[in-house]
Amino acid sequence: MKLTLKIWRQEGPRAEGRFESYEVPNVNEEMSFLEMLDGLNERLVEDGQEPITFDSDCREGICGTCGITIDGKPHGPWPGAATCQLHMRAFSDGDVITLEPWRAAGFPVMKDLMVDRTAFDTIVEAGGYISVDTGAAPDANEIPVPKPVADAAMDAAACIGCGACVAACPNSAAQLFTSAKLAHLNLLPQGQAERFRRTEDMVETMETFFGSCTNYGFCQEACPKEIPIDFIALMNRDYLKAKLKNRKLAGRQG
Amino acid sequence: MSTVTLNAHAPTGPIADRWDEHRFSVKLVNPNNRRKFTVLVVGTGLAGAAAAASLAQLGYQVKVFTFHDSPRRAHSIAAQGGINAAKNYKNDGDSIHRLFYDTIKGGDFRARESNVYRLAQVSVNIIDQCVAQGVPFAREYGGLLDNRSFGGAQVSRTFYARGQTGQQLLLGAYQALMQQVGLGRVEMHTKTEMLDVVTKDGQACGIVVRDLATGEITSFNGHAVLLCTGGYSNAFYLSTNAMNCNATAAWRAHKRGAAFANPCYTQIHPTCIPANDEFQSKLTLMSESLRNDGRIWVPKSPDDTRPPHQIPEDERDYYLERIYPSFGNLAPRDVSSRAAKRMVDAGHGIGPLQNGVYLDFADAIGRLGEQVVKERYGNLFDMYQRITDENPYQVPMRIYPAPHYTMGGLWVDYNLQTTVPGLYALGEANFSDHGANRLGASALMQGLADGYFVIPTTISDGLAPLLGSPPVPLDDPVFAQTEQEVRDDISRWLSVGGTRSVDHYHRELGKIVWDYCGMGRNRTGLEKALSEIPALRAEFETNVRVTGRADEVNQNLEKVQRVADFFELGELMCRDALHREESCGGHFREEYQTDEGEAQRNDEDFCYVGAWEWKGPDTPQALHREPLEFEYVQLTQRSYK
Repeated sequence: MKLTLKIWRQEGPRAEGRFESYEVPNVNEEMSFLEMLDGLNERLVEDGQEPITFDSDCREGICGTCGITIDGKPHGPWPGAATCQLHMRAFSDGDVITLEPWRAAGFPVMKDLMVDRTAFDTIVEAGGYISVDTGAAPDANEIPVPKPVADAAMDAAACIGCGACVAACPNSAAQLFTSAKLAHLNLLPQGQAERFRRTEDMVETMETFFGSCTNYGFCQEACPKEIPIDFIALMNRDYLKAKLKNRKLAGRQG
Repeated sequence: MSTVTLNAHAPTGPIADRWDEHRFSVKLVNPNNRRKFTVLVVGTGLAGAAAAASLAQLGYQVKVFTFHDSPRRAHSIAAQGGINAAKNYKNDGDSIHRLFYDTIKGGDFRARESNVYRLAQVSVNIIDQCVAQGVPFAREYGGLLDNRSFGGAQVSRTFYARGQTGQQLLLGAYQALMQQVGLGRVEMHTKTEMLDVVTKDGQACGIVVRDLATGEITSFNGHAVLLCTGGYSNAFYLSTNAMNCNATAAWRAHKRGAAFANPCYTQIHPTCIPANDEFQSKLTLMSESLRNDGRIWVPKSPDDTRPPHQIPEDERDYYLERIYPSFGNLAPRDVSSRAAKRMVDAGHGIGPLQNGVYLDFADAIGRLGEQVVKERYGNLFDMYQRITDENPYQVPMRIYPAPHYTMGGLWVDYNLQTTVPGLYALGEANFSDHGANRLGASALMQGLADGYFVIPTTISDGLAPLLGSPPVPLDDPVFAQTEQEVRDDISRWLSVGGTRSVDHYHRELGKIVWDYCGMGRNRTGLEKALSEIPALRAEFETNVRVTGRADEVNQNLEKVQRVADFFELGELMCRDALHREESCGGHFREEYQTDEGEAQRNDEDFCYVGAWEWKGPDTPQALHREPLEFEYVQLTQRSYK
């Protein structure tokens, strides 16, 4: 098939951006979306033009490096898939496809389709961990974790930190990312000691970079791991508890 | 003149006591003195993140470098199946000694006994540590940890978090690391690629890096440099490794004096989705865990093009179960891969390109129900369906072997120090524990063992004597000189102005390495590769085209340097494969096989680690041998029958 791509080109963080059109002939429907872009880039380089800068690494939907807004949808048309997992059979001959970077003030564009997501690391740095120095751990089976709890924690921990939730949100809010990490740790018995302090610190750090949640739910739709917004409710409840009761230091459940 | 001496510093005495004895004998750095030492950690996968977090907790000043935009993106994240530990929670006869034995045997008797025993010992601590960090391992209904089986073992000792074990372990290490960043004990440099090691008087004293956002070249100094930079499967171009995985850090270290060991030991993983076409950018692994319940088969008659469900049971060859009845579908990776290759080569291949074998879940679905299979492997099935547009609940998966992991790497001693004092290598970047073939679920174990438990103990032995001496200052000429060499190299690539892309040459190189140094190797092919690679490299150096500038984000500039290193490394892989006139593990020389087509070792002549010393760009590397001695395991012909 033959496609037209309208791609956001921006030379650097402070440069003005613009859309440029590229004709891509001979697209095979077995190709992944990024392989299609690889092919375009090879052609551009061999013609002496600047290739399109985009991030990608594992190409299996697990590292969270890739992320392109395709026709207005972060990661494109397939639900539950990262950009790298999208295949060209999702498109048809003659399609015009628009490619943009994540659009969010918290993720400044570095070049073309590449953005800076350092803010996510800063949120984790604020409390997204369980403090246990190497060597200090008890036997792994010392604390049983009920299977449903472990499963729910795993559902939340599946987040790949790609930022699609922020890109999809009209407010550029990062509640889904932050709440997924909080739910992962706050649900587990190991995470109780720091639960309220963690919640306050991560939420407040998040708010310095990102907008507020007004329950649109677009984040859940865009998430390549289909992480549900229920975790946001859980986060809000813990945050409220932490604030109202000053549970920061209590370190107990409930 | 040779500067390389291979002293493994491997302790002697009863094997179970060696690590304890060694821990007692290493020099220590008192907690108040640790902040006087700076350690540079390159790479933030399991080994790097675990090491950086643990060293910072101990009180060392740690600086961390990754070319990713976040430390959480390192390729450890993609590991699917699990991590081994000798917990014996299943009461099925496991023990530290059994994990040690399985690993040595799995590696075809080409690893150091002392190292492997230590790995088995600390495996149990790793699980404890990860659980305490909140890694959501699979659990049974009673709340205790669940296990499954992996290849090359007859016990269930593999801990897992759905099909995302690597992700969860890496996030655990990453979170521990980010905590230390928040505490100000770790300085984090993302989007920063190491391009050289700086040495002074034969001792590592720092690194030269390029800021991938601005292109700025700078140096960092420290008392020790830890390379935790992964393996080199991308020398094959198509592999299961991530697009950006590269050998540059390890290779530049090699060119600064670190011996490179066993480069021909590469692992071709049996269960990957077969390649499709020219445009394919990488291959996708389907976890070995699938072989717990999936059955591998091909049609008995060659060129049978019927769809799988029309092929009756008695016209199928479940060849792993037939040839290896006691391990069956859980035969180790090298053995299973070669068996698949033999089937495809004999015309039994399936799929549109006849380049695969079936991995069939029909029996498992019949026995356990679709729901249970979905719980165990749902995300892998989804991944498969997305790529192939086939539903593995209904149609058997098509799989074929693909480059996945490299057992070879920088030579290290028992302390994980390379042949350059002050320079260490951890995880897949070193050669140490897997011999000639790695067992499934052992890479995560080794990366975390090195990072959490080995290096925090052994590094003080190298640092303690340096107490009172600050790192070599950045205004020392060695830094300016190394930086200049890096800048010159970059300018050279930008000024070639040829006609073909970097990817083109990478693909062509990969074909040569795969064809002649892949699953089957022989003298004629390797000699051919050794003449084709330099010829292609000469063309690459004069005809590659890199657009853009040095002082901006320039992904082709990043790539061209990595591919240049793959050229040199690919050549060394072939030279090593040529010199090793035996078959062992993943290194299969067609001239040396048993009557049944299994790998035939030659312990008389090749029971050693082959470590290569860089001799300059125009001289072939020189081989050094570290003899391997086995006191606790008897060398036998490996059998999984």
